[in-house]
Amino acid sequence: MDPTDIARWQFAIITVYHFLFVPLTIGLSAIVAGYETAWVRTRDERWLRLTKFFGKLFLINFALGVVTGIVQEFQFGMNWSDYSRFVGDVFGAPLAVEGLLAFFLESTFLGLWIFGWDRLSPRLHASCIWLVHLGTLFSAYFILAANSWMQNPVGYTYNPATGRAEMNDFAAVLFNKVQLVTFPHVVLSAYLTGAAFVVAVSFWQLTRGRRPEDRSLYRLALRSGAVVALVSALGVAVSGDFQGKVMTEVQPMKMAAAEALYDGEDSAGFSLLTIGSLDGSEEKFAIKVPGLLSFLATGSTTGHVEGINELREQYQQTYGQDPGAAYYSPGDYTPPIAVTYWTFRLMIGLGLVAALLAGWLLWATRRERVPRGRTVMAAALALPLLPLLANSFGWIFTEVGRQPWAVFGLMTTEHGVSPGVSTGEVLTSLTAYTLLYGLLAVVEVRLLLTYIHRGADELPDPPTDDEASDPDKPLAFAY
Amino acid sequence: MELTTVWFALIAVLWMGYFALEGFDFGVGMLLPVLAKNDTERRVLINTIGPVWDGNEVWLLVAGGATFAAFPEWYATLFSGFYLPLLIILVALIVRGVAFEYRGKRDDDRWRRRWDRCIFAGSLLPAILWGVAFGNIVRGVRLDAHHEYVGTFFDLLNPYAIVGGLTTLTLFVLHGAVFLALKTAGDMRQRAGVLAARLAPAAIVVAGAFLAWTAVTHRDAIGLVFFVAAAFCLGSAAMATRLRREGWAFLATGATLVLAVFGLFVTLFPDVMPSTIAAGNSLTVHNASSTPYTLKVMTWVAVFFTPLVLLYQGWTYWVFRKRLSVENIPA
Repeated sequence: MDPTDIARWQFAIITVYHFLFVPLTIGLSAIVAGYETAWVRTRDERWLRLTKFFGKLFLINFALGVVTGIVQEFQFGMNWSDYSRFVGDVFGAPLAVEGLLAFFLESTFLGLWIFGWDRLSPRLHASCIWLVHLGTLFSAYFILAANSWMQNPVGYTYNPATGRAEMNDFAAVLFNKVQLVTFPHVVLSAYLTGAAFVVAVSFWQLTRGRRPEDRSLYRLALRSGAVVALVSALGVAVSGDFQGKVMTEVQPMKMAAAEALYDGEDSAGFSLLTIGSLDGSEEKFAIKVPGLLSFLATGSTTGHVEGINELREQYQQTYGQDPGAAYYSPGDYTPPIAVTYWTFRLMIGLGLVAALLAGWLLWATRRERVPRGRTVMAAALALPLLPLLANSFGWIFTEVGRQPWAVFGLMTTEHGVSPGVSTGEVLTSLTAYTLLYGLLAVVEVRLLLTYIHRGADELPDPPTDDEASDPDKPLAFAY
Repeated sequence: MELTTVWFALIAVLWMGYFALEGFDFGVGMLLPVLAKNDTERRVLINTIGPVWDGNEVWLLVAGGATFAAFPEWYATLFSGFYLPLLIILVALIVRGVAFEYRGKRDDDRWRRRWDRCIFAGSLLPAILWGVAFGNIVRGVRLDAHHEYVGTFFDLLNPYAIVGGLTTLTLFVLHGAVFLALKTAGDMRQRAGVLAARLAPAAIVVAGAFLAWTAVTHRDAIGLVFFVAAAFCLGSAAMATRLRREGWAFLATGATLVLAVFGLFVTLFPDVMPSTIAAGNSLTVHNASSTPYTLKVMTWVAVFFTPLVLLYQGWTYWVFRKRLSVENIPA
């Protein structure tokens, strides 16, 4: 294998892995903040118990999100140094701003939130977790702005003298039209992910928990979580629809590849599944919704959607004969169709099933009812996995669908790899990360299960005045 | 002043902040098996840095991001060139970060022992390797005409860089001991103070040798001024540890790190990564930098947000200013 392939696998593995923790961090920080605010407002102790219970689960997840994030920031320079040289003038800025605005905010206020239970007033303490959440949103915004620039480079000029893309409009980079539809799509799917997690955990405790007196607690969590899940899922669908149209405009090939549409069509249909060759070039059997692809791509059921074959020719004409193109080589400009076709369906399908499940659980738990049975439990436990998988498939779709480009129309992925890094080095790091990440995943999931199983702790008795003023009193929270 | 110089200085400041802040939490991590006699004491140690270590580490992330934005060529060459040491640092930081968070999450001695080892190794390796990395940056490495690093991993382990690694190691351990003397109470405070006083002479010898070696090789007058100031602070730190002036000692070890790092950057300037093959191959603030437009945008962002960050990070230290003792650790 050549280093480029290994570097690509590495990027895929560590990024998909990192993004298992990110949406839970974004979603759970918002939900926990909501619970704590509900407690501050109502002083209903159930909210405080939920805050602490889900707060603990949030922290177990957050730890891995943070440490795997460090690798992301170093990865570009380590494995993709030519990419970094080429894009640094544009791409580096949102990354640096992310560090300054988001990472400091998240880490500092999370430290205050974890250790500050007995040092900050309840109101101030709740503000800390809101600021953590704000940090996660800033982080999402700037990193997605960087990614959106790769999808649709704007606000730059190519400078032949330096051989790189150079920024001339930072606002254009921050308010890229791809970014404006991607940010809500990603953040809302993170809320859906967090909410699905809360629903599943609460359902488990509601039906299997050891303390029947805590039923009302978990019902509260389940139903609030299900509402968040439903609202977010609706938003995910709407923003995804906008995103499809913008993507059709800026990367028509990606959308043609999403349907494996080889020849352009008016009123193109959308196949729910196809049986035939893996890349959809030959079809034996397909379930098709007529006009849906045209609607997704253009907003009209009769709109024209360009096919892979005609786009390939167009791309070859535009990029194939460009003599000044040092950063791409003539190719067929087609992404791996089997991957784009199936990941696109899985993303939508799994997200949809998650929303339906959350909606059903909300309905099934109305007026003190508790649905029971093995199927119900299996469905509820699968619930958090669905958006997590949908997120991963969504990213794989949008990143693989952009191939062979790293930066669309400017630099192909193979030109971005570090020229001085050897196969042995990339292989070493790939092996190290894969083993370490695998091990940490096992540890993390087991820890999460332990704490889910344990359930929400009883609140400790409030300290007497004497105890509260004792300088040697035990801390409310300690590692 | 040119913006490239401003950004060179800003990146220096980020590294100064990183070394002065994460330096002590690395030190605490390395002292975990040395200073603590039982699990409660280990918990005291870990909790002194509990609320702040993650924020300290962000200084590194921002230094990385700022280098990417302001000097893409430097970022690309440095990170791809120092591949294996950086990999080791990343793995170390990962296990260390997870260890802090997970260690107390199960009531099981073997579990805690394992994470304790992760905290120790995860603090020790970066403490040495950052010094090795800086030693190599200042010394210069084999860069070809395309600014690609063409040396090997073992080229990075030259004597000068290794003394650099020992310098960060000893300074961080000392900084950590001094921090613990300041942040703990009772017996632990006493032991940390004694240990700091014992460590100080070793730090003076090692760091003194490294800075003298640097000064003699590079003969940079302004750099020398900072090295002398750093040496003075380290001497004062040694004195303060003997007199048990814990606050002063901590300020002095912090200042030592800040001044030494700044001195190294001054010595380096205007290069950012000199080449030992040919002077023309060196990366400088000019040929490694972003465009004036990007630097201008980034400068505005930094001007607005850096004070805010310093304010709330400072506030955290104020909130958690109290000393910790074994009595504070809940059962």
